[in-house]
Amino acid sequence: MESTIGASFMTKTITLDNKTFKYQIWDTAGQEKYRALAPMYYRGAAAAIVVYDITRESSFASVKSWLSELRKNGSTNTIVALAGNKCDLEDLREVQHRDALRYAERHGAMLVETSAKTAANIAALFMEISRKLSSVDDVASNPSLMAIRLHQQVEPEEHRKKCC
Amino acid sequence: MATANKVADATTEEEDTRAGGEGNETVPVVLQGEEPGACRTSSMLVASDSFVDLELCVEEANGRGNVSDASSEAEVFRDRVPSGPIEEITRLDGLTVSNDVQPSTECSNGTTPSAEVTTEDSGSEQPVTEKVTLVRTPSLEEEEPDYTHSAEWRAHRKHVFILSSAGKPIYSRYGDEDRIVTMVGLMQALVSVIQSRQDSLRCIVVGQHKFVFLVREHLILVGVVSSHESCQQMLLQLNYVYSQLLSVLTYSQLVRIFKHRRNYDLRRMLTGAEKFFSNLLDLMDYDPSFLLGAVRCLPLDTAVRDVVAQSIAQHAKVKDLVFAILIAEGQLITLVRMKKYFLHPHDLHLIFNLVGASESFKSAESWTPICLPRFDSSGYLHAHISYLDEHCRTCLLLLSVDRDVFFTLSDCKHKIEQRLRKYNCLKAISKAIDTEMTYCVSDTDITELRHFLYKSKSTAQFTCPEYEAPYSGASERAHIFGLYQFMHQRLHSAARPLKILYYVGAKEALLGWTTSGFELYAVFGPLVTKNTAINSVNKLLKWIKKEEDRLFILNSPTF
Repeated sequence: MESTIGASFMTKTITLDNKTFKYQIWDTAGQEKYRALAPMYYRGAAAAIVVYDITRESSFASVKSWLSELRKNGSTNTIVALAGNKCDLEDLREVQHRDALRYAERHGAMLVETSAKTAANIAALFMEISRKLSSVDDVASNPSLMAIRLHQQVEPEEHRKKCC
Repeated sequence: MATANKVADATTEEEDTRAGGEGNETVPVVLQGEEPGACRTSSMLVASDSFVDLELCVEEANGRGNVSDASSEAEVFRDRVPSGPIEEITRLDGLTVSNDVQPSTECSNGTTPSAEVTTEDSGSEQPVTEKVTLVRTPSLEEEEPDYTHSAEWRAHRKHVFILSSAGKPIYSRYGDEDRIVTMVGLMQALVSVIQSRQDSLRCIVVGQHKFVFLVREHLILVGVVSSHESCQQMLLQLNYVYSQLLSVLTYSQLVRIFKHRRNYDLRRMLTGAEKFFSNLLDLMDYDPSFLLGAVRCLPLDTAVRDVVAQSIAQHAKVKDLVFAILIAEGQLITLVRMKKYFLHPHDLHLIFNLVGASESFKSAESWTPICLPRFDSSGYLHAHISYLDEHCRTCLLLLSVDRDVFFTLSDCKHKIEQRLRKYNCLKAISKAIDTEMTYCVSDTDITELRHFLYKSKSTAQFTCPEYEAPYSGASERAHIFGLYQFMHQRLHSAARPLKILYYVGAKEALLGWTTSGFELYAVFGPLVTKNTAINSVNKLLKWIKKEEDRLFILNSPTF
């Protein structure tokens, strides 16, 4: 999987409890050179998923800076989720689940460990976000808000080059 | 590659005398504006000659850093290097530099060691540039020795390095940058020693090897090549690498970074961009676009091309949309531009490289910042990039200066796609890509001709047939590209430019011809005589003229 250049855009529809959520997803690069452009993707977002790599401690370290940036510049009711990717590589794990969970709880973020390779927990992640969204603001009662823009920050892929 | 070398080397000397200048009397005059592929209205691309363009670029850069005057400029562009500087370099190398830049035994603790490079006449005057900082950690060095000791690494035909003016490695075509720090330090030292004498280092020739240097603000680019490529051609490639870097960062960002921190490790900003450099360097090893400074068009029926251009022009009328470009397999299908603005072929090559090097555009619509240095090196354009067909071959790029128009452009894309489907244009394009429509050299009915390149100067476009036997394999393709490089160099040599060149090598006869309107490079079998070659070329020109509407984009649609 090569690193994202700029940002890619896709849409996805999820139905939960007879409510339809239409996601507009931005998959943006976490690379430093694009950092200045990041606000244009998360501005006004209903939710943000910050993805890190459980096999790389350094990627979890930069989750922290992204989180504080989202808290500072994002809207206050943006739901923030952390996704610990590559959970299929348990043997190479560097970031412990309980550490990540403790960190997420302290910062009011959700945590799900996923695998882009096996698709594990990805549907669950979106379900979880949908559930939270319908409880936070009543989307169903206001059809004009049905279109939810979700911005996904793929965390820096700095060292990917060397590992794959 | 060995074969290409042999042709060039074995026969250059004796062929030299009868090669150039001759044969003018047998060549008919082609009036400018009448040559095949001459542009009819204004060209959508900036007409350019790769070397002239390069020279301007280098002069401009040197203007910033007050280096030598025009006459010495021309001197350095010649293929051989004046003997004076070389002796000087060798002497310096032997006396001081090499001794001082290898303090590896002293690197025993975790602190960053630095080596002072001293030369007779510098020292205190330029303390900053003379300081080589070694970022390598000692433990790493013990495990992974410097590449300079690796025969495998040294055997690569062409190395390209980018380093900062402070002597930090930024990019190496082969291997890990951390393992070339010593060598990079030496390169920086060489450049700064020459700079301290108000001169600039251009190239060092040692036997088969050429070391070519391109010094830019805050950056030094070095190419090391062991083949027939001329210094000028290598310089041209380094300039493309430099542009590629600007295309990722912009010139303003580059200057800002180094203004704050001279010692910055630029690799941090270039993560993910390594593939653009390596793809670009690979392309330049066989694609003549860069050498010619021209763009290859996909041969297509004018009717189809017009419909495509109209569909784009009508459905992409968006404020601040500067260029809409449709490409397939590294060839241009159409370019619609905002009135007043033109695209430089150099920039278009970077766009081709961006698309060619990235798989991620195939999975979803993308919104990517890209800087086109010849268009505006200080800022980004924002590119909406998407493929129009399910096989991901036809790629549409919509370039705007406004970074908030993704959804508007996404709508445009869908309208354009619908329209192209409705008129069967996508089918026609995919047919054209499938070589049903692309042509072979046999289509010209000139039996002696094996392959050719034809560049129309006024439109900055070129055309060539498919590479067929005997040039279909990778090494044969590299061989024929070497022949084209050889001809190009002979015709454009600053010391002795030629208008026409007939040359017989071991495996083929070559004819190169340049006029004010076109450049033509033709490859024949080795037994073809000069007269036959010239007659064939005349026939070829007629054929291209007949086909010009299909082979070139002669109008220039605007929004």
